[in-house]
Amino acid sequence: MKYLDEYRDAATLKKILAALEKIVTRPWVIMEVCGGQTHAIVRSGIDQVLPDGIELVHGPGCPVCVTPIQTIDMALAIASRPEVIFCSFGDMLRVPGSEKDLFAVKSEGGDVRMVYSPLEAVELARKNPDREVVFFAIGFETTAPGNALAILQAAREGLRNFSVLASHVLVPPALKTLLASPENRVNGYLAAGHVCTVMGLKEYYDIAREFKVPIVAAGLEPVDLLEGIYMVVKQLEEGTNEVANQYSRSVRRAGNEHAQKAMFQVFEIDDQQWRGIGMLPKSGLAINKEYAAFDAQRKFPVGNHHAEESEKCVSGLVLQGLLKPFECEAFGRECVPERPLGATMVSSEGACAAYFKYHRMTEAKQ
Amino acid sequence: MSGKITNIACPSPMLQHKTVQLGHGSGGRLSAELVEKLFLPYFGNEILDKLDDQAILQPPPGKLAFTTDSFVVDPIFFPGGNIGDLAVNGTVNDICMSGAKPYYISVSFIIEEGFSFEDLHRILSAMKQAADIAGVSVVTGDTKVVNKGCCDGIFINTSGIGIVGEGINISAANLQVGDHIILSGSVGDHGMAIMTSRQNLSFKTEIRSDTAALNGMVAKILQDSNHVHAMRDPTRGGVAATLNEWAKSSQVGIEIAEDTLPVNVPVRSACELLGIDPLYVANEGKLVAAVAAEAAPEVIKSMRQTETGKNAVLIGKVVDDHPGIVAIKTGLGTNRILDMPIGEQLPRIC
Repeated sequence: MKYLDEYRDAATLKKILAALEKIVTRPWVIMEVCGGQTHAIVRSGIDQVLPDGIELVHGPGCPVCVTPIQTIDMALAIASRPEVIFCSFGDMLRVPGSEKDLFAVKSEGGDVRMVYSPLEAVELARKNPDREVVFFAIGFETTAPGNALAILQAAREGLRNFSVLASHVLVPPALKTLLASPENRVNGYLAAGHVCTVMGLKEYYDIAREFKVPIVAAGLEPVDLLEGIYMVVKQLEEGTNEVANQYSRSVRRAGNEHAQKAMFQVFEIDDQQWRGIGMLPKSGLAINKEYAAFDAQRKFPVGNHHAEESEKCVSGLVLQGLLKPFECEAFGRECVPERPLGATMVSSEGACAAYFKYHRMTEAKQ
Repeated sequence: MSGKITNIACPSPMLQHKTVQLGHGSGGRLSAELVEKLFLPYFGNEILDKLDDQAILQPPPGKLAFTTDSFVVDPIFFPGGNIGDLAVNGTVNDICMSGAKPYYISVSFIIEEGFSFEDLHRILSAMKQAADIAGVSVVTGDTKVVNKGCCDGIFINTSGIGIVGEGINISAANLQVGDHIILSGSVGDHGMAIMTSRQNLSFKTEIRSDTAALNGMVAKILQDSNHVHAMRDPTRGGVAATLNEWAKSSQVGIEIAEDTLPVNVPVRSACELLGIDPLYVANEGKLVAAVAAEAAPEVIKSMRQTETGKNAVLIGKVVDDHPGIVAIKTGLGTNRILDMPIGEQLPRIC
């Protein structure tokens, strides 16, 4: 299949691997920022065939994983209200709040619906004028433009029964936090190709310069990732710290300006809580004053929840690349996908889920 | 008798109504009429025609294989079939995966009041056709009509009886190290046909369900080889669930080669878009078999001689390493686990 097979081709991968082996002279630690990249790496086995000394650590780019537990509890409370049709992407339904998940709310009678696009939720609002339709808008710069578009559409149509529970996070502030940490041992970064498709590369130049790290925007297929790793290692070996673009079939330097425009028409940059990591200044998007009528947090004041995180869950360290999933004592024991202690074990982009799904055999041998 | 009913003063409600009424499941005159005017013309045979509360059967010699399954598919009509042929084929396939020849099935309907007779006719017609193709007789049945909102249009339960021939011993616990794993054709067609025909997807595909009776292929395989150790139609949970159940039951490892798995392009495209692995998607007309290595070429040849098995391929083998675990060999030569599905497959966020 075009645009797929050539980026999963084993012969191409082996060729890049051979080239990589030729240029490596010393150990390097590389972080792939996006959880989708983590899954592709672990699924294809790239992490197992890299030359000795090249270590991949997994970054915070899992939108489900970093959504604060307080926001999930808020979602559960809103979804339980009888007048509400609560719409969410499928991935979010199984993520545990303090006590339960959205599937549990659904089984208790809540009208929880899985949608594939925020515009579907707008359509539901149009068709159900006597109900309140709430869309759970989470994610990075990748999902924010679509969610903004849904609000703009609802505003155009004057749909007063549509609102959005937004919890949007931004990549560059998180990257800066990780780089500034004294515990950081990452030498180079693979930036998330889909985030860069929206935002372009401009946000990364200062970071690369300030922290003296190479940053390569990479796609999400195995060939993209291995090529991205090669590009990072080449810079590290040559001692350069540039921003480079491996994913040129999708990423333009300026990004998608239409998407950015829609995003900043509806959202403004705000401080944001990251589950497992903490409050990061100016690292999220909140609905701005002009569109406040579409903000579910204002529409449904459900109060401040005291949210309980599992004491055993170390997903914050996993999300910062400081711990590998199988270094957690609960991994595969108390914490499994059907009974997760933290979101990293649930999401299709979570590092713990990737290791549990594909790599238990490898660990057993280690 | 049906002539008499249409001639009485109160005209036949079935002619009067375009939809099923609560009375059609009451056990009274309307129920009788439903049976005589609708079900018997489709399914009639000398056992069913007696309209006794039970079917009296004279089984051929051999061990009985008995199975039951309920069908609640949404949507009821989908590309490639409907709930009717799915219900017949599903039970036929469950019987024949033991190596049994299916003979008789029961059909039980739970219908929501207001369900259209036109749709019911389409369903019955598909069931009749599927039963004829599989060579099974509907010998007993039941209909209940429930209040609006108490079921989603129509639910169907089918049970079936087959006979296992002498010397046939096929079971999930019979896999042996060295066995080859054969798949009868492409994976994921039924599940993705259902998913992509649901209302709320914004893209259209040409994916059709693969619903089909597999007893013809099973008979051909067993006629040509007596080295088949396990057979299964990988329905819910897909090929991944079947292989995991086998690995656990037989306490062996299974190794699948990633590049041998047949997936049709539209199914692959839809799965890629939604972030779903086709190995976890339901099939309704496919068969996985574990056979002795030396018999694998002849079993593949036998399968390819049938319509439902014409794309049969070898996908892997049984190994003594990692008992209870199914592994996929990647293009890079590494192994990754093919785990048991956890719950519903959920599309990813981005």
